[in-house]
Amino acid sequence: MGAERTDKWQGGILGWIDDRFPLSAMWNDHLAKYYAPKNFNFWYFFGSLALLVLVIQLVSGIFLTMNYKPDAERAFASVEYIMRDVEWGWLIRYVHSTGASAFFIVVYLHMFRGMLYGSYQKPRELIWIFGCMIYLALMAEAFFGYLLPWGQMSFWGAQVIVNLFAAIPIIGEDLSIWIRGDYVIADATLNRFFAFHVAAVPLVLIGLIVAHILALHEVGSNNPDGVEIKKKKDANGIPLDGIPFHPYYTVKDIVGVVVFLIFFAIIVFFIPDGGGYFLEPPNFEPADPLKTPPHIAPVWYFTPFYAILRAVPSFAGTQVWGVIAMGAAVVILFFLPWLDRSPVKSIRYRGPIYKTALGLFVVNFIVLGYLGTQPATPGMTLLAQIGTTYYLAFFLLMPIYTKMDKCKPVPERVTSK
Amino acid sequence: MRKIILSFLLVLLPTLTFAAGGGVHLDKADIDLHNNQSLQRGAKLFMNYCLSCHSAQFQRYNRMARDIGLTDDQVIENLMFASDKVGSTMTIAMSRADGKAWFGAAPPDLSLVARSRGADWLYTYLRTFYVDESRPFGVNNVVFPSVGMPNVLWELQGVQKPVFKTVEHDGESKEVLDHLELAEPGTRTPAEFDKDVRDLVAFLAYVSEPVQLERKALGVKVILFLLVFLVVAYLLKKEFWKDIH
Repeated sequence: MGAERTDKWQGGILGWIDDRFPLSAMWNDHLAKYYAPKNFNFWYFFGSLALLVLVIQLVSGIFLTMNYKPDAERAFASVEYIMRDVEWGWLIRYVHSTGASAFFIVVYLHMFRGMLYGSYQKPRELIWIFGCMIYLALMAEAFFGYLLPWGQMSFWGAQVIVNLFAAIPIIGEDLSIWIRGDYVIADATLNRFFAFHVAAVPLVLIGLIVAHILALHEVGSNNPDGVEIKKKKDANGIPLDGIPFHPYYTVKDIVGVVVFLIFFAIIVFFIPDGGGYFLEPPNFEPADPLKTPPHIAPVWYFTPFYAILRAVPSFAGTQVWGVIAMGAAVVILFFLPWLDRSPVKSIRYRGPIYKTALGLFVVNFIVLGYLGTQPATPGMTLLAQIGTTYYLAFFLLMPIYTKMDKCKPVPERVTSK
Repeated sequence: MRKIILSFLLVLLPTLTFAAGGGVHLDKADIDLHNNQSLQRGAKLFMNYCLSCHSAQFQRYNRMARDIGLTDDQVIENLMFASDKVGSTMTIAMSRADGKAWFGAAPPDLSLVARSRGADWLYTYLRTFYVDESRPFGVNNVVFPSVGMPNVLWELQGVQKPVFKTVEHDGESKEVLDHLELAEPGTRTPAEFDKDVRDLVAFLAYVSEPVQLERKALGVKVILFLLVFLVVAYLLKKEFWKDIH
């Protein structure tokens, strides 16, 4: 601080504000004079889209809260009340339920972008770690939210997940009762999940997203070439390959937003249940603690991890190993910046080993996701075990194979398109 | 890079194809929610045959009237047996406890049954009751084995008898249901009865989400707007970016 900032507006209302609050400075730091690499491609839309979906979820969620009743006796009926009697309630509800799935689609693609171009590598490790924490918070948010409609899948899905904690030795049983506030998922559980879903987790999410963006703007964005644009600057100290985020990427992201909204609208207006994946058919039956559905499957975005959970057999009289494997599958993401020992960032200049490993990782993740939706048969379980092994090996063996890989030379400047 | 992505997608194909299949064969309901006559006939069947044991507790009479092309008065005179206020929902007098005592399980509310079960399931279910003296009401069902509900549409459909066939499975011969045979005709011919059930299922599908036609109509407008917006947004982007090389 200390030195007078050059981006202070003189006079007028803006000048008055700038003397008291760094409005122009913030505008410049994060938009008008934030220099982003000019070679962003398709994969770079998903960050701003994730922010858009967050806003969609917050706004639609606020309006749902005005009519929803977090009460085991009334929750299911209040959702139908929103669907039938509240003005535009059906639209708000479908926007929110579609938004949940859209959030995960966008975030998975955003994370995959990071893996494609090595965006987690030095000096962006903290951006990646904040991102992983956002993903974790998002999973919690989705899990708490899914109980609220109080349908059969809401109830039994929550029952299965909370029972995972019961698998922890010694304290497990008491811990699961403490989480539920009852011996089964019940009114007490619904009330606390509601509190977490509408207040606690969104606050955490917003805080983490601010940290994620601040960290990004501190070091600057990576790009599809994995070149540090700050290394080559002009006389004014502006990166030669950088362009101001506003207006260039604001107008570009608007195009991405509209394309996204077209897909979003197709789901909301024409297939709001997403073929049974976004809104599961059994969830149109009210929760019944006495009637276990023949097949309990979590919503699609959790199914890869659910497949990992089921793939690990119980051993030494406890099923905790599956829970550990599932936890490890998520936690291992945090260590990615240190597992990757490649001298280059972008997939463009990496060798064949990493390209193959990452490609197989994507296929494997989708197959695991599919297996998680299906009833466990011996054949399916074997497949899930192979998938789990590959998932973990992809990360654990990364220090070895990324070092062995034959990388290509990285250019000095970004390449156009 | 594109080629790599494509080849990986091809690897995925076989896993996606065996995702289909499983369970009992369901007949296609082939309902038309734009056909108000069909919905009105379905509503009549629903009020006469279903709405004494099953409720549709989220469906309002006057909303139904508006949506399927009837006036409130027509509904009050012809379709309201269980209530006297046209703004009320389709509830029933039978308590859940009585229902449980009489049928073994309380008859479920039908507001959302077309969403939880699917139209094809309902269409098949309502047409595949058959004589089975071992059951409390003397009937069983192909898609819902050991069903607690009697065949309330038997007057219309008649009585169906099961025809079994013997199949070899793992070296053992087993009796399995092959098809159903009309043993006693009802007041409707099989073709007429299928049409009745189709109307009834169409009505249930409407009840499961009364707003669905409005939703799709609005969706067309929203997407048309977005397409126009896309052109504008794209041209704006092009204009700004023309100097960036």
